[in-house]
Amino acid sequence: MPDMTAMVDAAEVARLEEVARRIRVGVVRGVNQAKAGHLGGPLSAADVLAALYFHVMRIRPDEPDWPDRDRFVLSKGHSSIGLYAALALRGYFPVEELLTFDSLGSRLQGHPDMTRLPGLDMSTGSLGMGISAALGIALGCRLAGRDARAFVMLGDGECQEGEVWEAAFLAPRYGLDNLIVIVDHNKLQQYGWPGEGPDDRLPPAWPGELVAKWSAFGWRVLEVDGHDMAAVVRVLEQAAAGDGRPVAIIANTIKGRGVSFMEGRYYWHTRTLTAEEFATAMAELGEPVTNPAGGAA
Amino acid sequence: MTLLMGRAMRDVFGQTVTELAGLDPRIVMLDADTASSTKADIFAKAYPDRFLEMGLAEQNMLGVAAGLATTGFVPFVSTFVAFAVVRPLDQIRVLIAQTGLNVKICGGYAGLFTGAAGKTHLIVDDLSIMRAMPGMVTVAPGDDVEAEQVLRWAASYKGPVYVRLVRDATQRLFDETYAFAPGRAVVVRDGGDVTLVSTGTQTPRVVDAADLLAARGIDAHVLHVPTLKPLDVPAIVAAADRTRMVVTVEEGTVIGGLGGAVSETLSEHRPTLVKRIGLQDVYGESASNSELLELYGLSAARVADQVQALLEARTIAGHAAHAIPLP
Ligand SMILES: Cc1ncc(C[n+]2csc(CCOP(=O)(O)OP(=O)(O)O)c2C)c(N)n1
Repeated sequence: MPDMTAMVDAAEVARLEEVARRIRVGVVRGVNQAKAGHLGGPLSAADVLAALYFHVMRIRPDEPDWPDRDRFVLSKGHSSIGLYAALALRGYFPVEELLTFDSLGSRLQGHPDMTRLPGLDMSTGSLGMGISAALGIALGCRLAGRDARAFVMLGDGECQEGEVWEAAFLAPRYGLDNLIVIVDHNKLQQYGWPGEGPDDRLPPAWPGELVAKWSAFGWRVLEVDGHDMAAVVRVLEQAAAGDGRPVAIIANTIKGRGVSFMEGRYYWHTRTLTAEEFATAMAELGEPVTNPAGGAA
Repeated sequence: MTLLMGRAMRDVFGQTVTELAGLDPRIVMLDADTASSTKADIFAKAYPDRFLEMGLAEQNMLGVAAGLATTGFVPFVSTFVAFAVVRPLDQIRVLIAQTGLNVKICGGYAGLFTGAAGKTHLIVDDLSIMRAMPGMVTVAPGDDVEAEQVLRWAASYKGPVYVRLVRDATQRLFDETYAFAPGRAVVVRDGGDVTLVSTGTQTPRVVDAADLLAARGIDAHVLHVPTLKPLDVPAIVAAADRTRMVVTVEEGTVIGGLGGAVSETLSEHRPTLVKRIGLQDVYGESASNSELLELYGLSAARVADQVQALLEARTIAGHAAHAIPLP
């Protein structure tokens, strides 16, 4: 596999890492402003979102309905704020609008609503469904003779949904190599099963389990460190070189990535921040808050 | 005079959508391993490339339909009502109703005629469920003539539609001059003593019941409501205005379906005594079609008897009676 060793330009990697940092800032700010929404999931997904929207996907932010565009479905719809941040930074709508997240009349609903916000390729929020819709998109593009790909991000907890495996069973039968699943394997779900310590939880899937399962269903499975930007870009480019099989990328990530006190802590799945926590988080993300009391600075 | 039989609705379904596909290359058919029963196999033979077998995975099928719709296709999704509506209900809600995507959900084997399959396949509440869903046009055609027109209309309409289709041949209600109009109810018999409101393939049996009642000196008005949503409120109010009593008759539960819709409408706009004939909060069972119609009081004779008894009870109680006595 020659492209495994292909170098991604260091400046491009740095640019994408900066985008990912800004996505995380948007996530923390948006959730803090709304006093609602999810943190752990969007933070673990930020690097992959940056690579997709700023390097890999063929899209036109000024023409969101461009028929030949690549599509992205956020099957783990509760990570909406991460997707909104990526879309805003990419120019789909003003970055300031991120602060309307979850508020009355906002286009940025708690879970992605395609009827409100241009740039969303599907509405999601009830876990397990996005992959089916992405399969339909990949199939539709194939039938229409369009050279477009459908990317879809699932949570590892979400992989417990039966519908995921209905789709996993079907996609290879149609040879949909334009369907690319990314599992954000951050080893935590919302609650799950208790682990050793009082705050430990067992992972939704055991080490190696997701690779084995997606492989067994006939998918081309690739594994990557979901926080190594160069590797993420490489794996997504590799996925594009279709061999007739749909692709599942298992992205090994850390839930809450980027904010030390959230990393690997299941209870930061969804939680509101105190003013101090907000200030610490923003400082760690390289965006110190000038007026900690106000928060929304 | 008993109405004659029409073509089986499932044959109409297979043939009509196949014809439509010949006119519109965007039309695709999705099946969950029931095409030989629903007659989607007619489409499969004519357009194998646009017939998308989804296998036994109904939740995924509804999601795939939503995705296809975003790429410009017009998916007709077909399987038994039990698996087209109830099994993938959350997928319909989130991916189709809430998005308003252009998906046509065609539920075969609706009502009591499931080939004696019993309660798992006999869905009594599909109309109640679908009409409660914001954005979901809900249609129950009365016969083969209307079913064909409903399918043609659904293909031309942009947005989610649920079409309730019956497995076996049913009586023909309309002749070729009939024109289905979405959201419109149709007076199929004029009368002044009592209004019978019906939907789907129950209506022909209600027309027959009205004939039986006429022989007993009762002049029934019959209103056919093919579109449960959007509901033809003025037609229902007008029918109630003609008579002092309304009876709804449906091949399904009396909770939330046609009986529910008519009661809701009349309590708001024209408080009128409404009696709901249909399945009284029970599931179905395996038996022949005619046995089931008898059992649930939906045969023409049973409908006529119930309406007559109701009118007699009212007469005895005097015109001051404003309620049907409690059981
Ligand atoms: C069908 C469904 N059940 C439950 C929920 C509530 N819920 C939202 S997120 C979540 C946990 C998801 O875990 P995972 O897929 O691992 O996502 P991540 O850890 O990346 O946030 C749950 C249970 C839901 N949105 N949909």
